[in-house]
Amino acid sequence: MSKVLVLAEVRDGQLRNVSLEALAAAQVLAEGGEVVAAVFGANAADLAVTLGQHGAGTVYTADHSALAQYTADAYSQALTQLIELAHPDAVVLGHTAIGRDVAPRVAARLGFGLVSDVTSLEAGSVFVRPIYAGKAFQQRKFVDGKIFVTIRPNNIAPGTPDASKTAVVVPVELEIKDLRSIVKEVVRKTSGKVDLSEAKVVVSGGRGVKSAEGFNTLYELADVLGAAVGASRGACDADYCDYSMQIGQTGKVVTPDLYIACGISGAIQHLAGMSSSKVIVAINKDSEAPIFQVADYGIVGDLFEVVPLLTAEFKNVLV
Amino acid sequence: MNILVVLKQTFDTEEKIVIQNGNISEDGVEFIINPYDEYAVEEAIKLKEEHGGEVTVVSIGPDRAESALRTALAMGADKAVLVDDEDLFGDEFTTGKVLAAVAKKVGFDIILGGQMAVDSGAGQGGPRLAEELGINHVSTVVKLEVNDTAVRVERDVEGDLEVVETSLPVLITAQQGLNEPRYPSLPGIMKAKKKPLERFSADDLGLSAADVKAKTEIVDQTLPPKKQTGRILSGELAAQASELVQLLRNEARVI
Repeated sequence: MSKVLVLAEVRDGQLRNVSLEALAAAQVLAEGGEVVAAVFGANAADLAVTLGQHGAGTVYTADHSALAQYTADAYSQALTQLIELAHPDAVVLGHTAIGRDVAPRVAARLGFGLVSDVTSLEAGSVFVRPIYAGKAFQQRKFVDGKIFVTIRPNNIAPGTPDASKTAVVVPVELEIKDLRSIVKEVVRKTSGKVDLSEAKVVVSGGRGVKSAEGFNTLYELADVLGAAVGASRGACDADYCDYSMQIGQTGKVVTPDLYIACGISGAIQHLAGMSSSKVIVAINKDSEAPIFQVADYGIVGDLFEVVPLLTAEFKNVLV
Repeated sequence: MNILVVLKQTFDTEEKIVIQNGNISEDGVEFIINPYDEYAVEEAIKLKEEHGGEVTVVSIGPDRAESALRTALAMGADKAVLVDDEDLFGDEFTTGKVLAAVAKKVGFDIILGGQMAVDSGAGQGGPRLAEELGINHVSTVVKLEVNDTAVRVERDVEGDLEVVETSLPVLITAQQGLNEPRYPSLPGIMKAKKKPLERFSADDLGLSAADVKAKTEIVDQTLPPKKQTGRILSGELAAQASELVQLLRNEARVI
């Protein structure tokens, strides 16, 4: 492939990990061809240094007031113009709130196919993606038009930065008009918390946690591990926590290095959302709970006894 | 208000997946309305109850998809459209084009759908359909208010909440938490049998197979590798906790 474009994503002034993973995927696709990146925002030129070290030869930067806050309208216009400007053979985005929203819209506008939520790449530009929330996998390829994919965070390893590499920064003027929606307010419920989809460690609770207060025990363990906290549908339905924390076939699919399931029985819908995690620990009072069938390590016991013991042990080792 | 709901019939989320010759087996499988689309159906009926109008539910799929549409009619939708022409089955590109042709034919003030289907998990249908129609869309919505032509929504963005204002016509994709879908009542189920359900072919929609030909194809479908049986620790809980931390550090090397 002679040219692959990555749309890099910024959150809280930082490049998201998934954008570095997208650059790694782009280099595989390019097979020695050119990798270019685009990034929006005021400090884009600073971020271009990191993008360059991760393999982007050119970084298109765009600073436009309409791009400060994501809207499908503004971002789809911006991405369409970048694709028309850069003329790539393939486009890679992260499968994030932004990527999953803007990519299909731009694909439709330009008449492209799109393979979303890709977890690995195979020879011959074949893309692997989970279906039925990971109960099965599908290999897809393009038969017509440009290659356009979104990649799931945490699945394709980012490359090692090479400090000797620099990108050519190309500022571009974008024309963004006729915006049909306005973001009036953003309520940050996740500030200070680790993002579930990108977390390396997830501590997750089910009905066995028994109450919203019960989740504090899990948060204490998560704090020590730098982990995100998730939940089963049972815990969300019982109002112990917000639906945005739900892991499963409805809810989020997560693939961390370590998943610690506390008081989760392991309904098939929940297993679909987490069983691709690299290492799974199950803590449950019921030794017959299905969660133990997917666990690498299990402790049969009351989570309110076991989790504080684990928190103390990890503190000893890690702090 | 003319309310259009796009929905997909999917496997019940309880189902295990069986693959035969690269194809997902449907033998003995229970089908449901995709859970995210069910929120869209419920929201459409609530909009109708509040503002008046008519709810049309649309699906692309084989004959069996009629039962999902009948369920939506039993919940309170007024009429249904099933596109069961195999010339119009393909990938997400195809679906966007076909749904747009249906939407233009049926007409709409607002379109609702799920933020993704629990089988394909692609989440492309809503944004593609909105783009094909040249209308705005807002995805992963957990609260929807329509006042005349003004639309105010709250959307879930990776756990944060965004308040967005827009206007009709618009396409909204439903996220979990938007509402609690009602169960169809017995009289509802009886009435649903007599509600109109139209079947559209490529000709009816003015489309040809070539117009909507898929841009991608499935090479293969496989089950994930079977996991090796794990280890259940034993002994005093404090000793187990200590052993587990050592195993995660030294054996699994994830900490």
